[in-house]
Amino acid sequence: MTVLRRLFFFAVGLFLALPLIVVAGVSVNQRQTLAFPPQGFSLSWYGQIFTNAEWRNALIASLTLAAASALLALLIALPLAWFLWRRIAPWANIFQLLGVAPFTLPPVITALGLLTFWATTGLYGQPWTAVISHGIFFVTLPLVTLSLGFSAIDRSLVEAAATMGADDRTVFRTVVLPLILPYLVSGYAFAFVLSLNEYIVAYMTVGFTMETLPIKIFNALRYGYTPTMASVTVLFLLVAAVIFGLVARFGDLPKLLGAMAEDK
Amino acid sequence: MRREPPQRLSDYGPLLFPAGMLTLFFVVPFATMIAVSFFQRQQGGFYTPAFVFDNYARFLSLFFGKVLGFSLFLAIAVAIACVVIGIPFTYLLSRSRRSLQIVWLVALLSILSLSEVMIGFAWSTLFSRTAGITNLFVWLGLMEQAQALTPSFGAVMTAMTYQAFPYTVLVLYPALVRLDPTLTEAARTLGASPVKAFFTVVVPALRNTILATLIMVFIFALGSYLLPQLLGRPQHWTLSVLITDQAIYQSNMPFAAAMAVFLVMVSLALVGLSLYAGQQRQAK
Repeated sequence: MTVLRRLFFFAVGLFLALPLIVVAGVSVNQRQTLAFPPQGFSLSWYGQIFTNAEWRNALIASLTLAAASALLALLIALPLAWFLWRRIAPWANIFQLLGVAPFTLPPVITALGLLTFWATTGLYGQPWTAVISHGIFFVTLPLVTLSLGFSAIDRSLVEAAATMGADDRTVFRTVVLPLILPYLVSGYAFAFVLSLNEYIVAYMTVGFTMETLPIKIFNALRYGYTPTMASVTVLFLLVAAVIFGLVARFGDLPKLLGAMAEDK
Repeated sequence: MRREPPQRLSDYGPLLFPAGMLTLFFVVPFATMIAVSFFQRQQGGFYTPAFVFDNYARFLSLFFGKVLGFSLFLAIAVAIACVVIGIPFTYLLSRSRRSLQIVWLVALLSILSLSEVMIGFAWSTLFSRTAGITNLFVWLGLMEQAQALTPSFGAVMTAMTYQAFPYTVLVLYPALVRLDPTLTEAARTLGASPVKAFFTVVVPALRNTILATLIMVFIFALGSYLLPQLLGRPQHWTLSVLITDQAIYQSNMPFAAAMAVFLVMVSLALVGLSLYAGQQRQAK
């Protein structure tokens, strides 16, 4: 049975790893050819991401967008999750539902909705519209992790603080915030990584004025092949693995995921 | 501090920003899209406010019927493939050491977050003639010479299963972690083999979870917009691809919006169905 289990795990692992191994392989080719196993060894295609102006600009655009939109998602999710935890207001659950909806529906729907909206208001193509679009699209992630964080707070702690005369503001700063900090960080991390990789919403809102890395790769794909696509893919995979690894290191990943799906 | 209903108007203060943002940038865009779906298209990519059903009437064509049929078929096939591999995998994962579980979860999350563009690129490389898997087959003596495996239905199907598999595992994971281990232990004590215990005890106990997961993965697969484009032929295009195509390249926003509204209705109906299945699970 253990042999069978190992074999099964290995087969699934191979299926998941195979395309990534090939991409990692072609990313170190010496010349600009699509060949595997790689011919020669060169890390210059990784250097390209930072030295070639087009790729560097796309990288900066992606990082800025991800950092800003994840922050916006957090700023929307935190007061909402706090309110739902602090108050009894059943009708306010509608906003929880609205926060989860963009992530549950096929992404092309949110993308098209935002496209028609920005086009109608005449703001289409402004870089900051992408920040708002991603902030709304990914609000689900901090909302879910924060709801989980709030539900884990022992209410007697808060009660004790209130009995001693602390008002809402003080309680939030001294008791609630330290307790939900890990959930705040992981919510931000999830939104950040997903925004970094997101294509369709970014493409439909600012695709013609700004190039994020996924948009850049897609555009480059249509004109042929360059190994930089492969090196960017490997880089993004590593970034995601490091961030999720850190979330796992400093938080309870199984618990976080257990409750995330529960909420859906 | 107990939970209490808001007493003063200022108690609603914290709700102001989230509610405003979600209304302005999600509800209003959604309503705009619905409105545009009834608009009249003009030559040159513009559209004028109107209230016509022309965009919806275009659904009644044979072409659209084919695309819809293919989209549904593809999403169902992907959902079944993912769940069939995902259930035994997640079951075994949930029974593994915690440290092993975490490694797998980090890997699955990393792949899940990987851009669809990059997944498409990775598979097109693996299926290419010069760098692809067929080179390995040639080396092993299984094939005469290397060949490209794209564009094809198999390529689209494989890449979409790849994309949806981590999602499937993460949806199944909580239910399987919580599954009472004494259930299988009892079956084992009574003499069932592990495989038999899995099929006669675990699978029936999870019937509603499986149904809900199938629906979730189905919706997820329905949303795939790039893989059919990158790895398939035009006849492998799905509704999501067609919406993108109409909106961006054909500049026919009203028709794209009408298709999106249709896709929303299909998805919502399915979400409702999966919630219903979930409730049945809790009622038990």
